[in-house]
Amino acid sequence: MADASITQLDGPPVEVPSAIDLRAEYVESGVKEVLDELDRDLIGLKPVKQRIKETAALLLVERARRRMGLAHETPTLHMSFSGNPGTGKTTVAMRMADLLHRLGYIRKGHLVSVTRDDLVGQYIGHTAPKTKEILKKAMGGVLFIDEAYYLHRQENERDYGQEAIEILLQVMENQRDDLVVILAGYADRMDKFFESNPGFRSRIAHHIDFPDYSSDELLSISETMLSKQNYTFDAEGRAIMADYIERRRKQPHFANARSIRNALDRARLRHANRLFEASNGPTDAAALSTITADDIRVSRVFSASSGEEKTP
Amino acid sequence: MRITQGAFSFLPDLTDQQIAKQVQYCIDNGWAVSLEFTDDPHPRNTYWDMWAHPMFDNPDAAALMMELKECRKVYGDYYIRLVAFDNSHGWESVKLSFLVNRPAEEPGFHLARQESAGRVVRYTTRSYATDKPAGQRYG
Repeated sequence: MADASITQLDGPPVEVPSAIDLRAEYVESGVKEVLDELDRDLIGLKPVKQRIKETAALLLVERARRRMGLAHETPTLHMSFSGNPGTGKTTVAMRMADLLHRLGYIRKGHLVSVTRDDLVGQYIGHTAPKTKEILKKAMGGVLFIDEAYYLHRQENERDYGQEAIEILLQVMENQRDDLVVILAGYADRMDKFFESNPGFRSRIAHHIDFPDYSSDELLSISETMLSKQNYTFDAEGRAIMADYIERRRKQPHFANARSIRNALDRARLRHANRLFEASNGPTDAAALSTITADDIRVSRVFSASSGEEKTP
Repeated sequence: MRITQGAFSFLPDLTDQQIAKQVQYCIDNGWAVSLEFTDDPHPRNTYWDMWAHPMFDNPDAAALMMELKECRKVYGDYYIRLVAFDNSHGWESVKLSFLVNRPAEEPGFHLARQESAGRVVRYTTRSYATDKPAGQRYG
């Protein structure tokens, strides 16, 4: 066993290639696959996709340079995703982990998603082990910190969040090979967070902004969501969904795709109830999977006058 | 005298890179890795002090290497070993254990002979290191 492990460590001698075909690399490494998937699965988000493509190109070239002995340092890969809720930050982070894994920048490619509660402790001496535990779990993959600005509480100097920040910064700097940190949150609050924590700003190379979805995009997102669960809109249902989106946007607590998902969940509930109550005799597959206008029109969004705080 | 306990102990000390590879092998097999340390290397001293918790849910060896660095900072002049536990049978059993740190000077063992009834001689070993109280050995 001992002998086997030693010979395995040496490995074959590394050959320095004289030229690298970037196109072939692009396909072989599976980066093309990830980017195509991203294009196909995520609706809208043009600037985000563009940025990810650029980042992928940079990393691909960097990897080629490394193989030819032109670069030695691991580039800084920590990122910040800023945008409103429900704009796909977590989804993109997962794709990003996959991308980095395929390019060989992280060893495992898993995503550990945390918030302040997972990092910061309740009493003195609780924070450091908690943060370290999470960091250890994320090693070899991506640590995704949602609403990262909650780590820093300006009004309370003795907040334990500061301790978590210090440990994070230290690991982000010293163990760049071992994990990639992605911070996420609302744009304006992220900016404020970076202002009061210059350490983070300088350690993060890629800032990606997630724009809000347009109403058309949200409509096609809702159709995709439904088709994934084998549901469809009928023509009238689709029209009223478009109307719903327009109205819902103007109401408070609008969370883009997440609001749409919740609305669809409620529509499915009403759909089931309607079928159940109206049922006398057999129900066919089409009826079981068609969301009609009636299922959406009952929503409180249509009755609420704008400006009033109401859950849809 | 060089202590030979656990796997690989007749080989030159493993480098950190080699340790990391072994750890990754353990993790990939689903074993929980952990660190233990002691300043009493008697072969019958099985229960060493634990360094933090066993690492059950870390998919990458870098996590253990981070703990190892911390542990060396505190107990750099102690013996530190890595233990990998397998729980697939329903109980934790050691699958692999090897030293990852040893003190600079290892004084070795004294062989004591106790003469007993008749011509019986009983033998026992005692580490020279344990002449000093715990905490002051290898310093």
